[in-house]
Amino acid sequence: MIQNPKAKLIRQVFVYAILTVGAVVMMVPLLWTVSTSLKTRDKVSIRRLELIPDPVAFENYPNLFEIRPIGKYTRNTLIIVAASLFGALVPCTLAGYAFARIPFPGRQYLFGILLATMMLPYVVRIIPLFLFFDEIGWTRTFGPLVLPRILGHNAFYIFLYRQFFRGIPNEIYDSARIDGCSEFGVWWRIFMPMSRPVIAAVSIFAFEFAWNDFLNPLIYLGSNQELWTLALGLNALKGFEGSDSSLNMVMTFSMLMIVPMLAVFYFGQKHLITGVTASGSLKG
Amino acid sequence: MASGSAAPALQTSGSRAPLRARLSEFWFRHRSLIGFLFILPWFAGFIIFDLMPFVYNLYLSFTDYQIGTIGAPPWIGLENYAEIFIKDKLFSKSLYNTVYYLGFSVPLKLLFAFFIALLLNMRVRGMQLYRTLFYVPSVVPLVAATVIFAGLLNTRYGLFNQLFALVGITPVRWLSSPDWIKPSLIILSLWGFGGQMIIFLAGLQSIPDDLYEAVAIDGGNSWHRLRHITVPLMTPTIFFNLLIGVIGGFQVFTQVFIMLDVNGGPLQSGLVFMLHVYNKAFRDFEFGYAAALSAILFSIIFVLTVALVYTSNRWVFYGDGEEDNT
Repeated sequence: MIQNPKAKLIRQVFVYAILTVGAVVMMVPLLWTVSTSLKTRDKVSIRRLELIPDPVAFENYPNLFEIRPIGKYTRNTLIIVAASLFGALVPCTLAGYAFARIPFPGRQYLFGILLATMMLPYVVRIIPLFLFFDEIGWTRTFGPLVLPRILGHNAFYIFLYRQFFRGIPNEIYDSARIDGCSEFGVWWRIFMPMSRPVIAAVSIFAFEFAWNDFLNPLIYLGSNQELWTLALGLNALKGFEGSDSSLNMVMTFSMLMIVPMLAVFYFGQKHLITGVTASGSLKG
Repeated sequence: MASGSAAPALQTSGSRAPLRARLSEFWFRHRSLIGFLFILPWFAGFIIFDLMPFVYNLYLSFTDYQIGTIGAPPWIGLENYAEIFIKDKLFSKSLYNTVYYLGFSVPLKLLFAFFIALLLNMRVRGMQLYRTLFYVPSVVPLVAATVIFAGLLNTRYGLFNQLFALVGITPVRWLSSPDWIKPSLIILSLWGFGGQMIIFLAGLQSIPDDLYEAVAIDGGNSWHRLRHITVPLMTPTIFFNLLIGVIGGFQVFTQVFIMLDVNGGPLQSGLVFMLHVYNKAFRDFEFGYAAALSAILFSIIFVLTVALVYTSNRWVFYGDGEEDNT
């Protein structure tokens, strides 16, 4: 790869220029959010651009907790998150283990069904599910949000686990079985500890999807403010007092939703990529 | 387990092995039972949350199920479908809006993600920092991202128009003008290309160096490397992201619901298909009609998915012995 050094330099400059400009553009909405969340109410509605607020209104954050039941929203959201994490950690790993390691009749057909459900759009199930939960009196409760998650009803997670588990050498599995370990024991003592990257990755997904879910809480909890999640609370604040001048509070609320998510990704990012790529999920 | 029932069982079998060992022997012999047991929660979920709703949705679409319908909903055959195709102006409108949205959003997102991943893969200094900066927006919860962009795009004091004012461009009525609603939604979606970029980057980094060296030995330049090594090896990842993007794009809902009103903004230019379904089902409580709409959307997604998968072997490179075809 012999290259003209001058051409190489020009190319380097281009690459860095594009990356830097792109990164700035990507960060601007977030910086604006931080900035707006620290503005006083009257500063929001001026037309002039003001990136560093003057004065800095830190009180927006404690004030938000007074005008909106943030604690309650957070608790409700965490209930759904907990159900999601449980499902991702126990039933999904067990199913992934069975699909990867335990031969049972019809396994490949069932696995085919699993793959097919990954492609089954939610739109075609949402109405019957709502009518079903309405029939058994579960609307306006956590039931419809929690039950599918506790059962680990997520084909994608199971698929990721299965792919990862298949990559664990047969010898490890065989020697554990010869030493008298039960299937349950192999799953718990050997496969689970060996699968930290994929478990971390799936847990992050589970957290993210539960934390961000909007459509389901809207349909099932929309009319029951006691059970509102952060996402529903933020959506309601959007139209708060029917004016845009509470934009600072909307951004304060947004920050409360964003920061925990960033923390989760920050601590999990190392595993996220290893977990997903090691599962080979992208190569079919 | 009650000890009373276990003890006689031990005696009748005449074995002295402890219960634990015999249990494990039982499970060893009936391994497939454990397999079934392990997948049982998933399978139960599949029956309750996938199969039954799927079948019932089809049935509902042939009925006139509305709020207050008691007992079996009246069977009306294809009436819902006839009404959708003949009378419902919002059907074609919402379908058009959705296709418009994903027709731009999906390819542009893929392009941005692939392009930035390529640049990041050029051994740039500070790669991890850049990667994080591009990735972070895709981590922002969709509800938050939507209200942030609703603010940024605000006609009077949103950042976009403030910046426009600095350089003397007339303010754009992003969310209140029918022409700009769909572009606004597309801009919002592009902000989240980082997730796909990460996947592309991981894929790019796993391409072995010796393939590139081979091109160099043959006298190829960087265009040849991209054209004959990088892109072919990345086609499975591109295909996967395209498929997920199209399936997801057809079901776009949250952004529109939050950013616009339930009618999808002025002239319904932001009314996407899923919002139409939502309105019919959860605002008007015409469940039968909404089920028919869902079934149509499903058919569209299904046909497209099959078509994509079917044509994929023409351009997706799966390695293993297919080298001659590419």
